[in-house]
Amino acid sequence: MGIENLMEPSNIKWISSPGPDSDIVISSRVRLARNINDIPFPHLLPEQEAKTIIKNVHETLRADANLGQNIELYNMAELPEEHKILLSEMHLISPDLASSKNGAVIVNQDETISIMINEEDHLRIQVMLPGLQLDEAFKEIDKIDDLLEAKLDFAFDEKIGYLTACPTNVGTGMRASVMMHLPVLTMMDQMGQIFATISQVGLVVRGIYGEGSQAKGNLYQISNQITLGKSEEDIIQNVMGVTRQILMSERKIRENLSGEARVRLEDRILRSYGILTNAKIISSQEALAYISDVKLGVDMGIIKDLEPLVLNSLFITTGPAYIQGISNTEMSPVERDLYRADFIRQKIRK
Amino acid sequence: MLCEECQMRPATIHITKIVNNEKFQVHLCEVCAKQKHISLPTGFSVLGFDDAGFSVGKLLSSFFEPTEQSLTNAMDNAKCNRCGLSFDNFIQTGRFGCSQCYNTFKDQMNPLLRRIHGKTYHVGKVPRRTGGQLRIQHEINRLKGELQEAINAEEYERAAVIRDKIKQLEQSKNAENKDKDTE
Repeated sequence: MGIENLMEPSNIKWISSPGPDSDIVISSRVRLARNINDIPFPHLLPEQEAKTIIKNVHETLRADANLGQNIELYNMAELPEEHKILLSEMHLISPDLASSKNGAVIVNQDETISIMINEEDHLRIQVMLPGLQLDEAFKEIDKIDDLLEAKLDFAFDEKIGYLTACPTNVGTGMRASVMMHLPVLTMMDQMGQIFATISQVGLVVRGIYGEGSQAKGNLYQISNQITLGKSEEDIIQNVMGVTRQILMSERKIRENLSGEARVRLEDRILRSYGILTNAKIISSQEALAYISDVKLGVDMGIIKDLEPLVLNSLFITTGPAYIQGISNTEMSPVERDLYRADFIRQKIRK
Repeated sequence: MLCEECQMRPATIHITKIVNNEKFQVHLCEVCAKQKHISLPTGFSVLGFDDAGFSVGKLLSSFFEPTEQSLTNAMDNAKCNRCGLSFDNFIQTGRFGCSQCYNTFKDQMNPLLRRIHGKTYHVGKVPRRTGGQLRIQHEINRLKGELQEAINAEEYERAAVIRDKIKQLEQSKNAENKDKDTE
């Protein structure tokens, strides 16, 4: 499975298949931090031992009847810089892993599972599904964790749980997050209020591309902050409950928009659609804003005959490294912007 | 985790503040924290976060408030036997060196965890190889919490169901103990 296959949008389950409420909740992601007992954490780990961990994890997964045939290992040291950026644009690795020379990632065929090795912790297991399915993602990740723990001696303390490099992850080692598209709440200046409210229940919101009102593409990530003293199930239910509330308020405001506010929003959406269908040159940042508008238009029924999932995937497939990757040539930023505009037109023109 | 300010460097400074019983957390890298003298990232001022007179030094020492200053000093020189990390290193980077560090610096652990998570006990998943006993005990602890919640909410029917479950689990735990004794 080469990088080309990874890039094929129809291979990426979380952007190519619909999920529950996937008009607003783009994806659900659960990650577990795990470490091998009694050897230094990655930032102090000698290269040889780091390689041994990669080998052991890879072999354990290869031996599994279900997963074994469907996974691919990528060593950071062997990947060109642009591929590492690509993997992080696709949310398969973190920027931290990209810069670690002992790092590696194992990805499964539909890209729902990615296992980062030697990032901040020895293992960062991640499962990503379309729509609001944190509970399903947890079920899946729990199985992978069981599979790995049968062969690897994970660092675990009876009192404080799974031990991690940073004490902010100790306990369950779990981070459950959803990626939400909230254009109308953002437009109505409601996000500040939401940030404040959910921090009181131990959750955090951040912009996926930039913070606060600068959140490009109106995409936000909501996740649990606390990993100790709550069970995995409680954490999942807590994040899902809050996500549903935010989802409902975004929907409600969309439905209740009327009069001038509605006309102005429709105007903005249709102008953005006009730009995306006609622009010659477009930067990734600019594209995010218009894709968000057009997506909202499709979801509200203002723009018809456009497949909603096409817009979800454009959030990912218009990134600089992705555009560079599919064009398969070395490009200057201007050439990329030209290529991107062309690519978007092809995707959304009827 | 990346710094909330620059989104580039890893966040090594984690601040938890409790104001009027509400908990707020900030994650910054050292550079941004210094630049800001830990004045606050956008969003937090709205929460009525008092940012006057905050500094890195104060922040870290506030992490260790309940422990005596002398203990903190003594810990500066303590090093983990396994990886050689000193407590000072940890304060600078926010990362431990290996799983043994949690044991080496265990005296510092409770106040630290309480400040980060508000709790000091894990109630979630237990690896299978750690054994059934601990798994059962965890389930009992979790149910006891639920029982308390049910009683507080005056949901006595639910409480009775939970109480029976706890009894059942305690019996199976004792049975397993006896099995072990006779083996």
